[in-house]
Amino acid sequence: MLIGHQSWKFENRPIIRGAATVVGPFEGQGPLANDFDIIHGDLMLGQDSWEKAEKTLLEEAAKLAVENAGLTKEQVNFFVGGDLMNQIISSSFAARTLAIPYLGVFGACSTSMESLAIAAMIVNSRSAKYVLASACSHNASVEKQFRYPTEYGSQKPPTAQYTVTGAGASIVSHEGKGLAVTSATIGRVIDMGLTDPFNMGAAMAPAAVDTIEAHFRDLQIEPGYYDLIVTGDLAKVGYEIACDLFEKHKVPIKQTEYFDCGMMIYDYEKQMVQAGASGCACSAVVTYGHLLKRMRKGELKRILVVATGALLSPISYQQSESIPCIAHAVSIENGGKE
Amino acid sequence: MSNDKKKDLTPVQQEYKELAKKREPKRPVFKNCIRAFIAGGAICLLGQAIQEMFVHWGGFDEKKAGNPTVAVLIIISVILTSLGVYDKIAQWAGAGSAVPVTGFANSMASAAIEHRSEGLVLGVGGKMFKLAGPVIVFGVVAAFIVGILHLLFNPNAVGGH
Repeated sequence: MLIGHQSWKFENRPIIRGAATVVGPFEGQGPLANDFDIIHGDLMLGQDSWEKAEKTLLEEAAKLAVENAGLTKEQVNFFVGGDLMNQIISSSFAARTLAIPYLGVFGACSTSMESLAIAAMIVNSRSAKYVLASACSHNASVEKQFRYPTEYGSQKPPTAQYTVTGAGASIVSHEGKGLAVTSATIGRVIDMGLTDPFNMGAAMAPAAVDTIEAHFRDLQIEPGYYDLIVTGDLAKVGYEIACDLFEKHKVPIKQTEYFDCGMMIYDYEKQMVQAGASGCACSAVVTYGHLLKRMRKGELKRILVVATGALLSPISYQQSESIPCIAHAVSIENGGKE
Repeated sequence: MSNDKKKDLTPVQQEYKELAKKREPKRPVFKNCIRAFIAGGAICLLGQAIQEMFVHWGGFDEKKAGNPTVAVLIIISVILTSLGVYDKIAQWAGAGSAVPVTGFANSMASAAIEHRSEGLVLGVGGKMFKLAGPVIVFGVVAAFIVGILHLLFNPNAVGGH
């Protein structure tokens, strides 16, 4: 149901029935390693290209999510997914393997929450019983497509971010008990005129702040409603800017804990990641792995995940276009009555 | 950024840009220069040592020892690239590992490895020069212009030595 200008309230409380995360070796060395379902030791996953490796990550996460939900893939009605590759090949090719009716979506790194919001909307309207939502990214395939060859020796500036290798998937259903997806806010595309593809955090921060403000306005709640608000992949630079913007716009973000997924997945001391993490998988694996686990343990009751995406292409930035950005927010709450 | 581009930005965008600039960590230029000096110097020292070896034990003279020396440096660079080490060195060394011939070899080897999955002809063959191509193109153009200038201002040079 539409609430306010750009938000949906899911009055039927779609449930996240099962979720799974699969990550690469570098993420397995980070502080959240224990929260992931599968950690691969081989960045190639035994495939012969980075692109195939990325597709395999998603296939594994999807299959595991279906399994965790206690279903078979034939029971899943729809699959909503996306990634960062040209023509979202990783998701489409995984959909070929899974043979589940498929909606491909693209929101760059905001895809994780875009797909979850759409899945929740489908389930909430009773248009499906089970919907699979996913997002994936692979460090090497993204480097290859957007930046330089993976083995090319270039020095990254301190604002650069490290793309997460991983995939996160969840099954949304109106049956069963568990964590409920209660609302979603769809973001506008915000472009503040920044052009540096090695400083995406700064480009995306205004989009995140815009969506978060819209969420509070539409649902008429305050930040304190949530135990935790996380942005997707702003990393250190973007996170600090977002904090500045909240202060400037007088959003009382201090009522709650605000953090960024891009700052949680790697160890800044031991891992060479500059500003932090990025990629579709960043918010997906942190949410589906780490945050959902914390919610199930009862440490968190209500969270708002705001996945942020930079909608640039390798061609657009070479043509000196600025970087348009977007953010989608989804709130997840612990079962039971409000 | 040039003033031209600044004019296209709305006041809100410009204000944000100022705000974002404040939070942007600067590149540690001085530290990078020192590191580039050390790494670049080390590579040159290694090159010099290899050249001396060719002179002392290989029977080459100073001038002719240059070519095999470059070849050895390129092989070392390609091996380090294939082992996935060169990019890690480069994050530390910056220009120090990019400017010497080893950096050029790395740019070609890394592109060739990366695009191997698209086949030998269109992948390796076609994309090998993705990064090295501009260096060659502008190198040749610059050499051409310098050659013409040399011809114009030093007519005696026609016909070579």
